[in-house]
Amino acid sequence: MALLTCDNLSFGYEGKALIRPLSFSVNAGDYLCIVGENGSGKTTLMRTLLGLQPPIGGKVLLDDGLRRTEIGYLPQQTRVQRDFPASVREIVLSGCQGRLGKRPFYGEEEKRRADEAMEKLGVAPLARRCYRELSGGQQQRVLLARALCATEKLLLLDEPVAGLDPMATEEMYRLIEGLNKEGTTLIMISHDMHYALGHASHILQIGSDWFYGRKADYLRSAMGRNYLRGGREGR
Amino acid sequence: MDKLILYLQYPIARYALIVGVLIALCSSLFGVTLVLKRFSFIGDGLSHVAFGALAVASVLRLSNGMLFVLPVTVLCAVLLLRAGQNAKIKGDAAIAMLSVGALAIGYLLMNLFSTSSNLSGDVCSTLFGSYSILTLDKTDVWLCVVLSLLVVAAFILFYNRIFAVTFDEDFTRAVGLSAGAYNLMIAVIVAVIIVLAMNLVGSLLISALVIFPALSAMRLFKSFRAVTVCAAVLSVVCAAAGILISIVTETPVGSTVVAVDIAAFGLFCLIGKLKKA
Ligand SMILES: Nc1ncnc2c1ncn2[C@@H]1O[C@H](COP(=O)(O)OP(=O)(O)OP(=O)(O)O)[C@@H](O)[C@H]1O
Ligand SMILES: [Mg+2]
Repeated sequence: MALLTCDNLSFGYEGKALIRPLSFSVNAGDYLCIVGENGSGKTTLMRTLLGLQPPIGGKVLLDDGLRRTEIGYLPQQTRVQRDFPASVREIVLSGCQGRLGKRPFYGEEEKRRADEAMEKLGVAPLARRCYRELSGGQQQRVLLARALCATEKLLLLDEPVAGLDPMATEEMYRLIEGLNKEGTTLIMISHDMHYALGHASHILQIGSDWFYGRKADYLRSAMGRNYLRGGREGR
Repeated sequence: MDKLILYLQYPIARYALIVGVLIALCSSLFGVTLVLKRFSFIGDGLSHVAFGALAVASVLRLSNGMLFVLPVTVLCAVLLLRAGQNAKIKGDAAIAMLSVGALAIGYLLMNLFSTSSNLSGDVCSTLFGSYSILTLDKTDVWLCVVLSLLVVAAFILFYNRIFAVTFDEDFTRAVGLSAGAYNLMIAVIVAVIIVLAMNLVGSLLISALVIFPALSAMRLFKSFRAVTVCAAVLSVVCAAAGILISIVTETPVGSTVVAVDIAAFGLFCLIGKLKKA
């Protein structure tokens, strides 16, 4: 069975669906890119997949072997309060919270994971710094490190490269791809069509209508061609 | 100074000091969470509820008020949290309604049914704390000690979870944990703290006891752990100093402790500025 399946899923706010019901499934090892215009509902879809808001109709099904605690998430914006005193390490370590089970404290295993994740994302030198004093790009990496702590199975990333400089973007993409090669299933929201078409295995476009399929099929579809043409003239 | 030594020879004074310090410790622990979450509002509302409940208890002439006030306040904490989750604006309005309502009804009840000859004195002491926590009776003292220890234990055991839900509730829920349950736990503990702190500083000054140490610590420290530890130490020191000063100068305990907290806050602000410069 697929890792995650949407069955006639509609989502939105206050009982009003944003788009017509959506059905697709993500298999282990897939790299799904969700594309669409601003305000089309990408973030809302992701929040619905994660169970942060209830679907208006239909279902989100998880594979039996996948526990909720094995899903990592990188939010588009965290509503972190401006004054929150927290060090980078504390935040990355909090990504392990799903692994605690009934234990009260993080053990060696979790600390090692956190250190590895920080190393991977190049934020290890910032470990003792205060999160709110970091630049936007650095904060983004810290949050990705946190997501990485949660799981290697399924990661949901909402615009992971927003606010990163070209070098860091490149690096972030390489990293994300590396994760996928190592077997992590990815669902990523991106506005970077060029990249999405270059590296994703599947594309989900949402808007007034939606399309889901393999990358090659998307390129041939009327919807995909349309969006790409529009995309070249700037969103 | 002699007076201080004289007073401290009474066991009851020493107990009072211990209780005061324990209460200050508990209230400072949840300060950061309260400052940063919407709970600061709930905390304020609950302290008014506790006032109302205490008024009812005194009208009913319950022998031990705390045993009545505690469950009522905890219940209100749970209700308020529920209301707050359903709709944000409605939740805030509910809190305002409940807290102001409890205040008014509490005062009204005390006025209507009070047998005491010194009504305004009674009201004043529930609002601003007793003139001295030396008036606590023995059950109160033990209840305070037990509850404070429970609060501290809960904080330590759930430290990592409390950090996680305070920092980013969505992430906690996204990785499949029940943020709601942790919020509920925090609300219940806050209710307990409020009832405890009412003994020391009275219901109007509770927020000060909860918030000032955390705010002071946040001037100097950048990590959650450092802020928590610093707030706890600071709160304990300020409470001890405040209680001792109030014995010597014969000022009301609650406001003296809060005044010391404010002075510490000023000091920490200054040090923070100097460090930056
Ligand atoms: N809390 C909310 N309540 C009601 N409507 C909302 C809420 N949040 C977002 N919306 C609306 O839902 C629609 C989809 O928003 P969403 O954030 O999912 O878009 P998006 O595709 O992620 O956009 P972007 O590319 O800018 O990130 C928007 O029209 C927005 O106005
Ligand atoms: Mg979005």
